[in-house]
Amino acid sequence: MHEAKEAALGSLWSGGTAPFATSSKKLGMWLFIVSDTLTFSAVLLAYSYLRLANPDWPRPFAFYPAIVKSTAMTVILLASSLTMVLGVAAAHRNDRRSTVRWLLATALCGATFVGLHLTEWVELFHEGYTPWSTPEGMPLFGATFFGTTGLHMLHVSIGVLYLLFMAVGIGRNKFTADDVEVSGLYWHFVDLVWMFVFPLMYLMSIHS
Amino acid sequence: MSTHGSGSGEHPAGSTRLFVTVWLWLAAVTGVEVFLGYVQLQPTLMLSLLVILSVCKAALIVAYFMHLKYERFSLTLALIPATIFCITMMLIFFFPDSMRILRLGTGAR
Repeated sequence: MHEAKEAALGSLWSGGTAPFATSSKKLGMWLFIVSDTLTFSAVLLAYSYLRLANPDWPRPFAFYPAIVKSTAMTVILLASSLTMVLGVAAAHRNDRRSTVRWLLATALCGATFVGLHLTEWVELFHEGYTPWSTPEGMPLFGATFFGTTGLHMLHVSIGVLYLLFMAVGIGRNKFTADDVEVSGLYWHFVDLVWMFVFPLMYLMSIHS
Repeated sequence: MSTHGSGSGEHPAGSTRLFVTVWLWLAAVTGVEVFLGYVQLQPTLMLSLLVILSVCKAALIVAYFMHLKYERFSLTLALIPATIFCITMMLIFFFPDSMRILRLGTGAR
């Protein structure tokens, strides 16, 4: 009875020195991702409440160009996730050349995303939307919009640096495929967060 | 959760074809979301639909791109229920309290 139970648990929780049969780096990244998920959840929950509680919430985005542009940004970030997966696959094949190429492609997509996002911000500044004021006199919009997208943009920027660092390291044969996979986890997480930020921040504020 | 991974040596990580298929699904759901934004529904309904669709996208990303489907199932058990529990706790305690402030006011003039 006891042995059977142990065998069952052993197969489920088998790990010993490596819990869940993953490397400690990967497990560490997963734990970071869980905690960061909760940070973004709190921010987005607060935003959702404010959005629903204010019937006259500002809606500064026209379908064209703002929404078309942010949709393009979404597709670019999604595409970067695809290149990242291919990079990880290449790393597991020990194909260093294509790993570096896919990592650089991913970083380029990320940098393009940040660039487009910044032009978007500048346009909003010109229209009078800042983190502390809006033309409608509802500073909460500015605070939540720039706070949330800014926090996300910070994550993307850090991710771009991380990927460039990985690309250089892989080129010099300093990192293993496992390290690339861990950086991939981070990158996909950043993409995942945008999948919530984009609909909640942009699609909920399209002016009719 | 069919495949339980077989150690870090070999990776049954899925083919390029699978990744592209997942990507196309993600793009398609994004398209549906943008369409919802175009037709504009009542805010509460709209927010609920968008969050549901986004959770589907997140699940696809976590399962395939972040490889969780191919890890030990115990890792999924350790990460996902705890996250859902914490977010549910936020929902349970945050919304009723904030709505109460709406109803009673802050007392400030």
